[in-house]
Amino acid sequence: METSNFEIVAREDFSDVTYLLEVRHPLMAKAAKPGQFVIVMLNEHGERIPLTIADFDRKKGTITMVIQAVGKTTKQMQQECQVGTALYGMVGPMGIPSPVSHAKKVVCVGGGLGVAPIYPQLRGFKESGAYVIAILGFRNKDLVFWEDKFRACCDDLILCTNDGSAGMKGMVTDGIKVALAGHSNIEEVVAIGPPVMMKACAEATRAAKIRTMVSVNPIMVDGTGMCGGCRVKVGGQVKFACVDGPDFDGHLVDFDDLMSRLQRFTAVEREAEKRWSESCRMTKQIGPSALHDVSLGRATQSELLELPDPFEDAMGG
Amino acid sequence: MAKKKTIRSIPQERTPMREQDPQARAKNFQEVACGYSLEDALRESERCLMCPDEPCISGCPVGINIPGFILKITEKNFRGAYDILTDTNLLPSICGRVCPQETQCEGVCIVGESLEAVAIGRLERFVGDTAIKEGWVNIPYIEPNRFKVGIVGSGPAGMACAADMAKAGCDVTVYEAFHQAGGVLKYGIPDFRLPNDVIDAEINNLKKLGVKFECNTLVGRLFTIEQMIDEMGFHAVFVGVGAGYPTMLGIPGDSLNGVLSANELLTRCNLMRAKEFPNYDTPVPMGRRVAVVGAGNTAMDATRVALRLGAEKVYCIYRRSRTEAPARAEEVHHAEQEGVEFHWLTNPVAILDDGKGGVRGMRCIRMELGEPDDSGRRRPVPIAGSEFDFEADLIVYAIGTNANPIMGQTSKLKLNKWGYIGVDENLAASVAGVFAGGDIVTGAATVIEAMGAGRKAARSMKAYLGIRDAGLPYLNRDGTGAGTLFGINTKERNFARVRVA
Repeated sequence: METSNFEIVAREDFSDVTYLLEVRHPLMAKAAKPGQFVIVMLNEHGERIPLTIADFDRKKGTITMVIQAVGKTTKQMQQECQVGTALYGMVGPMGIPSPVSHAKKVVCVGGGLGVAPIYPQLRGFKESGAYVIAILGFRNKDLVFWEDKFRACCDDLILCTNDGSAGMKGMVTDGIKVALAGHSNIEEVVAIGPPVMMKACAEATRAAKIRTMVSVNPIMVDGTGMCGGCRVKVGGQVKFACVDGPDFDGHLVDFDDLMSRLQRFTAVEREAEKRWSESCRMTKQIGPSALHDVSLGRATQSELLELPDPFEDAMGG
Repeated sequence: MAKKKTIRSIPQERTPMREQDPQARAKNFQEVACGYSLEDALRESERCLMCPDEPCISGCPVGINIPGFILKITEKNFRGAYDILTDTNLLPSICGRVCPQETQCEGVCIVGESLEAVAIGRLERFVGDTAIKEGWVNIPYIEPNRFKVGIVGSGPAGMACAADMAKAGCDVTVYEAFHQAGGVLKYGIPDFRLPNDVIDAEINNLKKLGVKFECNTLVGRLFTIEQMIDEMGFHAVFVGVGAGYPTMLGIPGDSLNGVLSANELLTRCNLMRAKEFPNYDTPVPMGRRVAVVGAGNTAMDATRVALRLGAEKVYCIYRRSRTEAPARAEEVHHAEQEGVEFHWLTNPVAILDDGKGGVRGMRCIRMELGEPDDSGRRRPVPIAGSEFDFEADLIVYAIGTNANPIMGQTSKLKLNKWGYIGVDENLAASVAGVFAGGDIVTGAATVIEAMGAGRKAARSMKAYLGIRDAGLPYLNRDGTGAGTLFGINTKERNFARVRVA
């Protein structure tokens, strides 16, 4: 009831697991600021998942999110969210916008999926006149995305891959070392990525006492400060990421606590995902007629059947 | 009116309400209290003495004409009873279920002085449910005016305010951050106490009055209160966003994975339907032994939800004694019947971890009651050396909430020292045209109090907009019309609004 639909106007697949969705929401595109996030629901039975806003286009009136298919919902979205279909729910922009400080020289670190949400911040720093160094980390060159988009916007770009297949070989922390060695006057570091990466970044700058902001993405339900599921320990105090964050001083965040709390539902989620992927296989075996039961929006049945099964590997194919 | 009734002539026993068997209901989410049948309602309505003092009306936060609607029931004129109820209360089915009647109307009932009070709440629910079943709606003749009113939050305060403003002819839009309207009625109060279809029926009644609902809208962040007034053309805005922001105990082990707020447990289970996982995608933490800290209505809901999710043992831990427990008496009673184990005068001091990020138990200390504190309740003090541990794998905090910070972060509304929105006696906030009420003003309270605040704000809003409040002259129950001039309340501030471009 009472829910309008949020149309997907563009989609791009960066790799087998990473995809971009651009959703029409003119009001939100007008309001969004770097560092904020949205909560989306795929369908009426779906869960509410927080996603950082990767970009917003005020003229087109769209919000962009980059998503990694890791669990049941994100994998189902990968399968079902085609251009022309719509999300059941999308609310935001949530959270306190990232403070774009007056720092003159800034390092923006994005790791994996975190590359997307660092972009609006980097652009914000650039627009406010800072010298911006981007450090982007990926596992390998197949996973690299938006390199050109970043190059067009920053003064210096250090690309790192774990296996050295693109850019320098190493982690983003190695990139930070390079940046720190090359520039003596870095005033601020912003890091977005998996918690373990943000923790490493915070450690890399702690000795030099460079202000390091991180964006945390814990488990949430409402995103309005009501459930307390997203609480994080920052400087010994309990903060709610949804309304007090999501950006915090990386030197104060208790990352071990954050990582432990992210495991809250791992077991049930894995089970849900397995059950879902099995039902997907069943649907395929039964044939297209059974697809009528599944709400697929406007994705044609043939399109769906052509999609690669993301679980082939996991299931021992 | 029927023959004069006396305390001796009325049915002596309060008519019981059929309930699901405790054993059976502790395993399902169907409503516990099944409601009055026609015969039950007729019998119970005979217990009202129609006393001239009518203390029940003043005991009701919204001033329902209680003897009036009960009289209609005795006359078997249920539509008439519904009409009287909806004069003052938009949501009889909801209030009949969730109001703490024992401290309000029923608490001051004359019959209650020598017998059990008239079951006003149950009668109200009977009339409300009958109306839903019969499809009755009271749509008054509405003369549209030029005013546009925005309501932030679709909970009880917002719904009550929206109804009054729509009846006054305003173009009303209600904004809700969640994907479904209803606020705490939807996410907080479980189905076995207040079924969702009852809430949806009441929301549909509002829609029939012309109220629009916009979900997925986080006011403050998507647009601000100031933007609503300055850019979006709203002439007045009511803020009823609730208290939110659950309190944690601040003891060791607070952030362990088996510890969560009652708000989170209830939201996952009620609104997100996690109880139907995996048919619905939202998971809910399961516990074999669940300890709920606190003894308010939310705590009772949490204990009973935990039972229904399959917990073997559910404890309720409260630092004061049963007498001080803030929950409705009926809720404590129901929880007890269903097998919740109460530990009064017990306070948690630490949550014990299982070494894997989860919970293995809780360390508590025994308390005793000392001198009365500011709230008038006797202050619990710890008994030295009385710590003890017990086993639990899920801990639910239901110890109250703090002010939700979003309004303060995004608007110039003045807040009080606790972070709640500051208002004057007419519920007007510090920005012209903005009114606030409910939990975001008072801190956590009850559904009916929030509705009362919504209605009060609506009255002030009408005065502010210069709309004559049709309700006022008729509320003058002595029939003399004192205080009104040609049917217009003399206290009404009637002025022309000038908008500066």
